[in-house]
Amino acid sequence: MSRRKTERLLNLVICLLATRRPLSAEQIRQAVPGYDPENDEAFQRMFERDKTELREIGIPIEVHRDPWEDDPGYRIVRQAYELPEITLEPDEAAVIGLAAQVWQRASLAEAASGALIKLQAGGAPADLAESPLELRLDTRDAAFPALWEAVRDRRAVTFAYRSAGSESVLTRVVEPWGVVSRGGRWYAVGHDRDRDAPRVFRLSRIAGPVSPVGRPGAVTVPEGVDLRSMVGFQEAPNERVALVKVRQGTCAGLRHAARAVRTGPGEWDEAEVTFADPERLAGWIASLGPDAEVMDPPDAREAVIRRLKGAFQTAGDPSCER
Amino acid sequence: MSSDRLPRLLALVPYLMSHPGAEVPEVARLFGLSEKQLIDDLQLVWMCGLPGHTPGDLIDVSWDGGEITIENADTIARPLKLGVDEASALLVALRMLDELPEFEGRDVLARVIAKLEQAAGDGAATVSSQVQVEIGAAPGAHSVIADATRRRRRLSLRYYVPGRDEITPREVDPLRVVMVDGRHYLEGWCYRAEAMRMFRLDRILDVEVLDVAADPPAEAEPMDVTAGVFRPSDSDELVELELTAAGRWVAEYYPCEEVVELGEGRLRVSLRARDQSWLVRLALRLGDSGRVSSPVSLADRVRETAKQALANYDSVA
Repeated sequence: MSRRKTERLLNLVICLLATRRPLSAEQIRQAVPGYDPENDEAFQRMFERDKTELREIGIPIEVHRDPWEDDPGYRIVRQAYELPEITLEPDEAAVIGLAAQVWQRASLAEAASGALIKLQAGGAPADLAESPLELRLDTRDAAFPALWEAVRDRRAVTFAYRSAGSESVLTRVVEPWGVVSRGGRWYAVGHDRDRDAPRVFRLSRIAGPVSPVGRPGAVTVPEGVDLRSMVGFQEAPNERVALVKVRQGTCAGLRHAARAVRTGPGEWDEAEVTFADPERLAGWIASLGPDAEVMDPPDAREAVIRRLKGAFQTAGDPSCER
Repeated sequence: MSSDRLPRLLALVPYLMSHPGAEVPEVARLFGLSEKQLIDDLQLVWMCGLPGHTPGDLIDVSWDGGEITIENADTIARPLKLGVDEASALLVALRMLDELPEFEGRDVLARVIAKLEQAAGDGAATVSSQVQVEIGAAPGAHSVIADATRRRRRLSLRYYVPGRDEITPREVDPLRVVMVDGRHYLEGWCYRAEAMRMFRLDRILDVEVLDVAADPPAEAEPMDVTAGVFRPSDSDELVELELTAAGRWVAEYYPCEEVVELGEGRLRVSLRARDQSWLVRLALRLGDSGRVSSPVSLADRVRETAKQALANYDSVA
């Protein structure tokens, strides 16, 4: 924004705030320096753009249409413009200072620091004590800003989505109810229109842009919906036990997680490890290579052998097509 | 100048009105400006005012001797109200704080949230309850570590390093407890590494508070965690993996330098790791859903290790 334009906009804000009665465009043209006095069309265009810009930064311009007047009148109502009186004690301001630093990256970091500076401009204590606590929240996912806006504007969205492990991407149309961060990952929760059912989407599996569909305000969040419990899928309890041979002096992580470790024959110990999913257990045991061997149960043992064979074969064949 | 100059001026003027005599350097720092930029802002404000624009209508600013005084700016003496995004960004973060076990001052928090909600109006309150951050349950050692950090005591840890699948004893002078993306970390000076280290709390297997005051060396500075906790070094070797759809989780769990879609859900990723043995373990875990495509020496190592492991099972590769 040019300096001249910033000056004009600032004068416009002051003018519209200062006036008691709504001003016509022509009156504003006379009162605010920088508008074209000759060319009507150029003035109109500039004035329209200026109003849009002020609204974009959150300045409420009221339009009055008087049945006896041809032209609408404009003003800014002080109450709608001003930050209400908000008194913050030093400890309260410190907490807000901490919260303002939480967001990383772009849009929300700017929004949070913008809020902080307004509160400080409104009189909140500005020297924030240093805290031994440091909090950071990342929103790496490219889909995050668009989903935040969709939730804010109550607007449906569409995006391409790949389910876990799936080879293909499907287009979904979703009425978003909320966005939840769990275990460091972001999920969108909402009503999937095609499936006509509630669904949870991991943001990192959204491929490409998130685009709004339909009008703002069209989404209704069902009353009492519990976003967290929808995202909080329970892992199956570890009800099964595997017997794993581990080489002495290795596999520190497994030994720690095991419910029992005994000395076994030769250079081996025997560990009892609880698990639920044989494939997950197999991934873990396979990663330990020749230092661990599943003895029992047979399905877990077979799963490990399958993984190791897979790793052996793919690692040996640089041109393998899978 | 960027397009956020007008919002800044609309905050700067009220700030100066409510802090008469504020100093140029302090105000510049608060607004994230150089002193020159701040003076430029003040000069701009000084050109503006009420319609008529006679000297009596204009805002009067002076910064003689570095102390800023401002007069005749009553029209914009209050800052602009909070936008929905602004209030929501703070409210979501405040509600997250409320779930932190180590956060002392829940009563303060409740007051602040109530005040902000009132100042911001309904829109922000609604959005901020629809964006939620769940904090992982704090591991058992958490309160001991947080307390030792406050009291500046040296800690003795047994720490699990997944990269090497080892448990190592360490003495650490704690600097702070950091929560990044819902996970807790201890940041401190590690005497074993002779460097600053981040310890994930759920990987601390034992902790003992020593009867020694923490005394980290002068170079023990907290890390900037803006770009994430894990930052591989450029000197670590770059490794390329090809993943099938079933192996895509690798790209979600580990920071990759490059991710390329190969069609049918397949990916090529490149990542750096300090330790080759970690990559061998990853490749073994992946089975046929991942393949090391470069360097060849690593692929050979995966093949050799898989072969040795299969020998345990009396299974011919």
